Parts: sequence; structure tokens; C-alpha cells
Amino acid sequence: MAQKIESSLKNMVIVLCAITFIAGISLAFVQQITLAPISASHQQKQINAISIVVPEFNNNPLETGIKTAVQNDSLTVYTATKDNEVVGYAILSSTNSGFGGTVQVMVGFTPDGAIYNTSVVAHQETPGLGDKMTTEKFRSQFVGFDCATKKAIVKKDGGDVDALTAATISSRAFCATIRKAYSAFQQITNQKSCADAESGATKQE
Amino acid sequence: MQNQVQQNKNNMANISNLTRGIIKENPIFSLLLGMCPTLGVTTSGTNGLGMGLATMFVLIMSNIVISLVKNIIPDKVRIPAFIVIIATFVTIIQLLMEAYVPALFEQLGLYIPLIVVNCIILGRAESFASKNGVVDSLFDGIGMGLGFTLALTLLGLVREMLGAGTIFGWNFLGMEDPKTMLVFILPPGAFLVLAYLIALIKKNN
Amino acid sequence: MAYLLIIISAVFVNNIVLSQFLGICPFLGVSKKVNTAIGMSGAVMFVLVLATMVTYILNKYVLVPLNIEFLQTISFILIIASLVQMVEIVLKKVSHALYEALGVFLPLITTNCCVLGVSMMALDLPSKYSFVEESSLSLAIVFAFANALAFGLALVVFAGIREQIQITDVPKRLQGTPISLIAAGLLALAFMGFSGLV
Repeated sequence: MAQKIESSLKNMVIVLCAITFIAGISLAFVQQITLAPISASHQQKQINAISIVVPEFNNNPLETGIKTAVQNDSLTVYTATKDNEVVGYAILSSTNSGFGGTVQVMVGFTPDGAIYNTSVVAHQETPGLGDKMTTEKFRSQFVGFDCATKKAIVKKDGGDVDALTAATISSRAFCATIRKAYSAFQQITNQKSCADAESGATKQE
Repeated sequence: MQNQVQQNKNNMANISNLTRGIIKENPIFSLLLGMCPTLGVTTSGTNGLGMGLATMFVLIMSNIVISLVKNIIPDKVRIPAFIVIIATFVTIIQLLMEAYVPALFEQLGLYIPLIVVNCIILGRAESFASKNGVVDSLFDGIGMGLGFTLALTLLGLVREMLGAGTIFGWNFLGMEDPKTMLVFILPPGAFLVLAYLIALIKKNN
Repeated sequence: MAYLLIIISAVFVNNIVLSQFLGICPFLGVSKKVNTAIGMSGAVMFVLVLATMVTYILNKYVLVPLNIEFLQTISFILIIASLVQMVEIVLKKVSHALYEALGVFLPLITTNCCVLGVSMMALDLPSKYSFVEESSLSLAIVFAFANALAFGLALVVFAGIREQIQITDVPKRLQGTPISLIAAGLLALAFMGFSGLV
């Protein structure tokens, strides 16, 4: 068995530097390898969420993403089209007023302004309480929900949404993302109709 | 003949290295190491299993590497050197999980980088891998890792069954909306379930 | 105002030990006596605030500009480990009394996950608190300080309870760790009463 290296200053510095160097190199290597799969899985996640919240489409909505400013925040709006006809808008909306922090919801609108479906993309709510916002049971009340006629506020605060049991804060956060998404939707459709009105004008973003 | 005896002896030693961590010196139930992830992520059986496997990977790899390089590391800087090696493997598993199992990666969140400070890993590096050969350390890593995974999965399953009424996500009660004891997936439940599991296992010893 | 809210939230609502399970090892390990618990809390506060300050600056001015955030874990843990060593050396030279009081706890802090955990959480406060618009160094420091207070509170209260447990008659099978964990569970249950406060 080889003799253990003695703890002289020179040895200590050399060994530590060597280990850190090798560690750094191997990490950079792994990072390079996983770079593509990581971004692919992020994109896949967005696509999955979009395909839940809008009717069937055949374009790549990720290429249509436009940033829209709403309440000193910017939301991304994805347009889903089928055979060049708009079938819906998927809006990635988020708030940090959840019980555990940020709540991100993909909200889908049909062109007439009703919600087609919703999908929770990221959240840190309490398991068993706030995280029930991901369940079909809670989200189904938003299917066909039209923010023009109904208020996306929990019933306790005078709105039309049934809050989750013992998770009012999480429910409020969810409603907040819906309201934000709706104002983004309004902005987008207003811009669109203006652009369409100017006959012959090239389509604006 | 003598070789065969030696061989058998080796096999016995390997088996004892392997089983020691699973039962007699189970890192959680008897050594009480690595408590943070144990309590933090075990809100479901799947989470417990995922965290256990991630920790096992780091444990095995760092045990192997440390037993290989133990002789070229001066004694005085042994702890920082071990920490760098462990942190490297933690970052590797972090990147790999983000790339290939993104859903689990999000569930476990902050607890993945925290594998670095899991006392089991540094503890085994210091008390076993830095004194034994590669093969012994490998088996020790597998054994301890299995013990840890087993304990985490068990804890997660018990909490999931009592708190959410499911087993690995499968609704075994068959009820629409079971009235479960929510407290078990909330933080206090982690302490309580672990307390009674330890008491039960202590009795059998 | 944001500072006060962060402190209340960290100490009572999202207590780092009782609801996020960071720093459980020292919580169970050095909570047999109130005196040692106080010493440990002091040492943690010292290192936690210092470490968060350094890691925040490192992340903002080195890791993010160079696009090497994947080195976060490894660089943070190295900073914490060397900081602990440095604090130990400086303390020994400067104030012997303080070294006597905190010295034994310092080496334990490197593997205290609440230091690494808090320094990572402090990087992105806006995603945790709705009243925080933008992360800043001062907020990160307050966050670290608040979490150190939370750790100290949990540790000292728990040590007080354990001192009482020692003189009570506990069923044989629950003696030792199980009864301590049950006490911690009840304490966590009590702290849940604060939820929704901030």
C-alpha cells in the first residue's frame, strides 16, 4: 500500500487545486452534455401545457410567443393555429402571491374570450392543501369561464370561484393568474383587431 | 484451496458490508443521519424513492472515488477535498435529473443540492471510504444507499397512505374524495411518523 | 416594512427547522441543554449572515455574468467550509471568550444544511414573497438573519422541552429519539397555527 502523502503546505495546495480542477472540468463536461436535453425538456413541458389548454392545433406555438406587459410584469402569449386559422391563445401567467411563493399557470383562451382550459406549470404550494389546484376537480370550474361575465375571484371575496378547502391563499393566487392572463388576452386581441382594421397593413405583433 | 477459502471470506465480507447498512446500521432508523431530506421530501412514496436513489448514486460514486484517492490526499485537507468530490457528484446528478426526470427534479427542488450536506455521505467518506479499499467501499455505499432509500420510501409511503390515501399515486381506497388525515403530509406528520417508525423498529431489535 | 415581514414570516410562519426541515441534525443533536442550544444558535447566526453575504455577491457578480450557475452548489459549499475555518481562526486570535463559547460548534456548521439552504434561497426572494419586488443584497442579509433567529428560536424552545422530558417518565419504547421527535412534531403543529399570518 502506498504511503500517505504528508501534510506539507506544498502538498496540500497542489492536491486541493488538482481536485478542484478535475471537478471543474468534469462538471463543465456533464453540463455540455445535458444542455440540450434540459432545454428540450423545458420546451416539451411548455408544449404539453399548451396542448392541454387550447383546442387541437398544428403549428408550433413556441415560435409565436410574444411578450405582453401586464401589471409591471410581462406574460408570454402563444398563439395556436390550425391550418393558419387561430384556434386559441395560451398565456403563461404567474404570480408570487401563492402560499409557498410563485404559482405559474398556463391559461388557454378560445378566440371568443372564454377559457378553454388551464394547467398549472409550476407551484410550491403545500402538498395535500394548496397543491390540489392541479386537480381536475378544481380546474374544471374554469372550463368555459368567461372573464367578461364572471369574476375570477374566490366566493369569499365576492367572486364566482369555489376556493379549495383550507387553501384560500392558493386559490386566490390561482385566480390572480387567471385575471392577469385575461388582461393579457384583451391586450393581444385589441392590438389584433386594430391591425386588422388598417386594411392591407402588415400584421403586427 | 487456500485461494477458495480466501475467496469465500471476501464474499462474506462483501455481504456483511452490504447488509450492515440496510438493517443493523440503517442510516436513518439507527444512526439518525441525514435527517433533513428524510423529513423534507417524504410527502409521497415516489418522492422518497427518488431522493433515496439520488443520494445512493452520490454515496456510491463518492465512496469509490474517495477510496481510490485517499492516499494522495494529505490528512489536514481531507475534509475540504471530500466535500469537493461530493459536491461534484451532486451537481452531476442534479444536471442529469433536470435533463431526464424533470418532474421529479421539480418536486425535490432545493433538497437535491442539499445532498452535499447530507451527513451520511460525508460520514461514510470519513469513517469508511477513507480507510478501506475500493470494493469494500463500493459495497458499503450500495448497502448504506439501499438502507437510506428503503427508509425514505417507507416513510414516504406511510405518510402518503395516511395523508393522501394513495400508494405511489394509486388510490387504493377507491373513493372519490377520501377523508384523509392531512396532517401526515404536512410538516408535523413527518416528525410523528418517523418517531413511531423508530419506536417500532427499536422494539424488534 | 418588507424587512419586518421577512423576519415574521421566517421566524413564525415558515420556520426553517419546523416547516422546511433544514438544520434538523443540530436541532436533534445539540438540543439537550438550553445553554448549548444558545451557543449553537449564536455560531449559526454568525456564519449564516456572513456566508449569505459572500455567496450572494459571488453569484451576482461572478456566476451569473459568466453563465456558470451550475457551479453554484460546489462553490457555495466551498465558501461556507472555508468561511467556517476562517471564523474559527479569527475568533481564536481576536476574542478568546467568544471562541470558548462558540468554538466547539463551528466545525459542525459546515454540514448544517440550513446554511447552504438559506444562502441558496436568498438568491431568489421575489419568488418566495409577494411583497418583494426585486432581490437585493440587503434583503438577502435580512433574510439570513431572520432565518438564523428562527433556527435559534426553534432550537432553544426545543432544548427547554427536552430538559423537561428528561425528568419525566417516558414509555420504554419511546425513550430517546422517538419521544424527542414526537415533541418536535407537536412543536411543528403549534407553529402551524401561525400560517397565513404574512
